[in-house]
Amino acid sequence: MKKDSATSLRVFAIELAIYAVLVTVYFFLVLHLLGNWLYRLETQHRIIYAVVAILLIAGQAVLLDALTTLLFRILRRWR
Amino acid sequence: MFFPISNSEINPLYLVVVGFLIGILGGFFGVGGSFIAGPALRLMGVDWNYAVGTDLAHIVGKSIVAARKHRTLGNVDLKLGLLMAIGTIGGAEAGAQAIQALKRAGNVNTVVSWVAIFVYFSISVFMLWESRKTLKLHKGSSRQLLSDTKAAESKADHSAFGPVTKRIQGIRIWPMVSLPTSGIQEISLWTILLVALIGGFFSGFLGGGAGYIRMPSMVYVLGIPTHLAVGTDLFEIVISASYGTFTHAIKGNVDILIALVMHTGAVIGAQIGVVATQYFAGPKIRLAFVPLPLIGVAIVLYTLLTGHKL
Repeated sequence: MKKDSATSLRVFAIELAIYAVLVTVYFFLVLHLLGNWLYRLETQHRIIYAVVAILLIAGQAVLLDALTTLLFRILRRWR
Repeated sequence: MFFPISNSEINPLYLVVVGFLIGILGGFFGVGGSFIAGPALRLMGVDWNYAVGTDLAHIVGKSIVAARKHRTLGNVDLKLGLLMAIGTIGGAEAGAQAIQALKRAGNVNTVVSWVAIFVYFSISVFMLWESRKTLKLHKGSSRQLLSDTKAAESKADHSAFGPVTKRIQGIRIWPMVSLPTSGIQEISLWTILLVALIGGFFSGFLGGGAGYIRMPSMVYVLGIPTHLAVGTDLFEIVISASYGTFTHAIKGNVDILIALVMHTGAVIGAQIGVVATQYFAGPKIRLAFVPLPLIGVAIVLYTLLTGHKL
């Protein structure tokens, strides 16, 4: 039982580490590629900005979670 | 780091750490954590309107991650979450209208502050009494739950308030709905909507997502097991916070770049919080919840006595 718990915690920690790297990369990509555009959008087209804001934050949550799971599966198969 | 949308200079590490702490609380207790995030942003000089809107935006992302994780653990009742979202949005609007009425009367700050202190304090005292009594009554079974991971995974829950909850579940006002995921055979739709409406009202009246009211209400009034109440509350927060983010973004109150930095820490914390719930029985989670509303009391008392807004 203890061995099972330790294994599942290790799997969780690896998955979390991959996810942490991805969310950080995602933020810097958004900042670098969309930073100025978002600033202009916020001042000129608020409704589009509102939609983009929700998509960006949901995207960070959903897409990266899916990507993490995929990467993790590939890593396990590779090992 | 300079954030041009809100015109503020904030250390991103500070935002990540704040997000991480709120993420753990969110994943473990099913709360949005706006009572910490709002003042934390304000402390860095972010305008109050941006603090509220940006906080809501980061709550959306964090709650999506935590709710997805809770769902994989079988802790989300989608049917209940969707029904509650209807009541919450209606209640939030009513709460906002009450604030407008108090604004016109000219005593909004005093009334909201004292209502907040009374509500937060009452929740803490009640949950402290209930969870301690439940732990005392089920001492043997609670210890067994903690020592056996498989048993902890079963969502069986006990509450000293159980008999009252049973009587509430027995109220038969048509239409009756069944919630098989939560283990409830039949409950009046109006009871669910009323609980959601009250939670939504306090969300609109006191600010934030009001998870500190909704999560306990789901456990004590509707009889939802604690793990499911946490997961379902997070799912419900995704809907209500998305609505809040949209309306605040249109009004120019959201700095999405700040929200994304906070989210970086929050999603990590949220996943840790969700996994941690698996190692605690329901009454222990409720007992650990007790200090949260008290932090809210401390913040409100501070602003009331000193006149400073955190």
